[in-house]
Amino acid sequence: MFAEKACNLIKELSRNEGVLPPYNMDLVKEVCTEIKLLDEQNKSDGAAVANESGIANYSNELYPTLRVGVAAVKRNVRCLMAYHYNRLRTLRTMRWEFGSVLPPDVKANLNSNEIEWFSKYSRSLTKYMMSLGDEGLNLGVNLRPPKSLYIEVRCLVDYGKYELSDGTVLLLKKDSRHFLPRSECEELITQGVFQHIV
Amino acid sequence: MSYNSSYSPNYYSMDDILATQERIPCKFLQKVPRMGRLNPSTEENDLKEGTDLELPLWLAIDCSMGRQPVVAPELPKIFKENYREILKADANAVDLHKFSLYFYELGSYVKGFDHRQEVHNILLHTFITRFRLIMDLANNSESDPSIQQKLDMLERRIYAAGHAAASKLNKWLLESGAQLEAAVLVTNHKKRKRVDDDLIGWN
Repeated sequence: MFAEKACNLIKELSRNEGVLPPYNMDLVKEVCTEIKLLDEQNKSDGAAVANESGIANYSNELYPTLRVGVAAVKRNVRCLMAYHYNRLRTLRTMRWEFGSVLPPDVKANLNSNEIEWFSKYSRSLTKYMMSLGDEGLNLGVNLRPPKSLYIEVRCLVDYGKYELSDGTVLLLKKDSRHFLPRSECEELITQGVFQHIV
Repeated sequence: MSYNSSYSPNYYSMDDILATQERIPCKFLQKVPRMGRLNPSTEENDLKEGTDLELPLWLAIDCSMGRQPVVAPELPKIFKENYREILKADANAVDLHKFSLYFYELGSYVKGFDHRQEVHNILLHTFITRFRLIMDLANNSESDPSIQQKLDMLERRIYAAGHAAASKLNKWLLESGAQLEAAVLVTNHKKRKRVDDDLIGWN
């Protein structure tokens, strides 16, 4: 059956909702080969059909074959496009949730174009946020209305040194507790380094 | 977070792609040269006029359009009279997941093949009857989780959205939502990692 492989790509993505599976280079290549083969055949069929003029086009014996062939190419292209598009959407969400640095095991699943896209997206986003207001505005923080200026957090991982905006350097160890300005630690909470203690 | 789940005519929708992959019975109205391999039961090179074959929905739709359709699609069996009777009797008791993963999407595509609008009516009837069940489920998630298995993909999304909204509301009422949390993707990523680490630990 046509476009079976292309559909497998989509199935693979839909099974892995919320994470990025490794970029399936082999399957993508196979789909591309299928498209090329179909396209060559369509071209030769199309030439045969086009030789006859006007209404006779439809009565050509090869006309139905051509229709099936074109439909298969369209389907294959759609699956390929959807595969890449939906991967990029997840990647975009990851920029907002993980921040500008991806964990290495996530990065290992991307292909080189996707890595390039991510860094470009990240750069334009930073540029945009810097252009807001007088000193720039970080759109990734203050997503919930603050109740107090300082909050208590617990560190969940051995993070190492972390510099606050006033220049103080903190050593973040696993299970250490800190009382910090909310604005300083909101991003680290989103990234799962801190846990907010209420 | 979910991948794009909006419906046709969304070109990139994965649900739509998967729904149009379902096979429906078709009859060929014209001879199709060199497409014999579509039919696994013969070894002939050409596909004969009058062959009955199950084709994926995307191909069936594309080839049944126009002034000279190549195939005539028929209703899949889950939308035929017998099955419609079952749904009419009590839609709540039916395991829709077993009928088809994309019952409603498939239905809205094939309803055009039935001129008496029966499919149209049964889709509406099924959805309206089962919606109450889904709403109940979403608000009382402690009840039997296995009932979720009986929902089709559209219903599952509605259930998940309803469930998330209900728990958000609860949280806001109890704690006024002041606690800061890790992002969803980050939490998922950590959970996965934990499983992977455990597996490595075992080896």
